[in-house]
Amino acid sequence: MQAFSYIPARTISEAAEILAREGDQARCLSGGTDLIVFLREGRRSAKVVVDVKGIPELNQLSYSPREGLTIGAAVPCHRICDNPQIAAAYPGLIDAVSLIGGTAIQGRATLGGNVCTASPAGDSIPVLIAYEATCVVASRNVTRAIPLEKFFLGPGRTVLQPGELLVALKLPPPRPGSGAAYLRFIPRNEMDIAVTSAGAVVVLDESRTHFAGARVALGAVAPTPLFVPEAGAALAGRPVSDEAIEAAAQAARAAARPITDMRGSAEQRKHLSYVLTRRALLKAIERARAA
Amino acid sequence: MSNKVLVTATINDEEMSFVCEPRQSLLEVLRDVLNLTGVKEGCNNGNCGACAVILNGVLVNSCLVLGVEINGATVTTVEGITPREGLHPLQQKFLEDAALQCGICTPGFIVAAKALLDKNPNPTEHEVRYWLAGNLCRCTGYDKIVRAVLDAAEVMRAEKQPA
Repeated sequence: MQAFSYIPARTISEAAEILAREGDQARCLSGGTDLIVFLREGRRSAKVVVDVKGIPELNQLSYSPREGLTIGAAVPCHRICDNPQIAAAYPGLIDAVSLIGGTAIQGRATLGGNVCTASPAGDSIPVLIAYEATCVVASRNVTRAIPLEKFFLGPGRTVLQPGELLVALKLPPPRPGSGAAYLRFIPRNEMDIAVTSAGAVVVLDESRTHFAGARVALGAVAPTPLFVPEAGAALAGRPVSDEAIEAAAQAARAAARPITDMRGSAEQRKHLSYVLTRRALLKAIERARAA
Repeated sequence: MSNKVLVTATINDEEMSFVCEPRQSLLEVLRDVLNLTGVKEGCNNGNCGACAVILNGVLVNSCLVLGVEINGATVTTVEGITPREGLHPLQQKFLEDAALQCGICTPGFIVAAKALLDKNPNPTEHEVRYWLAGNLCRCTGYDKIVRAVLDAAEVMRAEKQPA
């Protein structure tokens, strides 16, 4: 692996200062499950690796029914999966986090890293978008909040500016009558990269017979994880019915603009966008009604 | 640019200090600096699990950790699981159940299975298979490995029961 210097940062401002000074020759290290592979394979270069795991704000994992969920950017997946309160409040998130890599990857990998790697197939991202996640981004002097669906510019590219780092992801409290799910298609049973994936959150009205609202996002069908507002629009205000779900799934298929690669053809991914959206919505509705 | 760093960590219950370059993975440090060659290098990119170790109680792939990241941490390798005399029940059952052929994946499986049984002493077959999905074996076809882990779990539960 290329030589670099290693700085374990203790504060956000310390990390931000190094990132501002070194520009793209500084890389944030949290779980390292992407970065170390990228450095080893020469897909990224770095003079300085800034370990952000020691920064308290990036290790915060807190949930309350009033404040919602805060996931520090350096919190490893296993801490999220092992938290029964979070599992009960955000089952769709657990669907996604529990299938990122295998056990040893989940022991180390972070959602902050998954988001900053900015793979179109990043497993945590579609359902986080459906959950209305916001990215808390800090530089030396300024903190800003960015809706997750606006964080990505292309494969491996985000809106982060030199000198900025992701501090946390914030999710609003689950709304009454809501349910969520994340589904991924892979040719194996586990340990694989999504051919296509779908995350959905539905909110049912008090009678549980109509959609108050819904959000759907897709993975691996565009240069970035793809928010599909048309799918939510096809459901809002409509009765919970096969027709409405069908319309939303068709909207997802229409929005997908995939490529053909080693994992699947564009045609297959279009079809999967439809099927996975429909199934994720059905699962989300089932959970909303069971809650 | 050789900027070696002094690192102190508890490895297999022993406090150790070593110097390493930031670019060296924990896997390289364990094998090449500390001579803990039970840790194996398979894919070196997090897919195969041959380099699995337990870091602060959590199963990780040592190829995806930098040596400098373990300052102040606790690490257990297969050497630390092996008792002073004889074999750990997992090792014993891997032998009895013929859960290995070439053996390169075995230390990773033992370490991963140990981490599972520490957390869940009575896993189902499904739970074992799911937990071990990050460990690849190209010889056995997995069935014997899963059997050995379930058998070892039974032995370990029996050992814990008061006689």
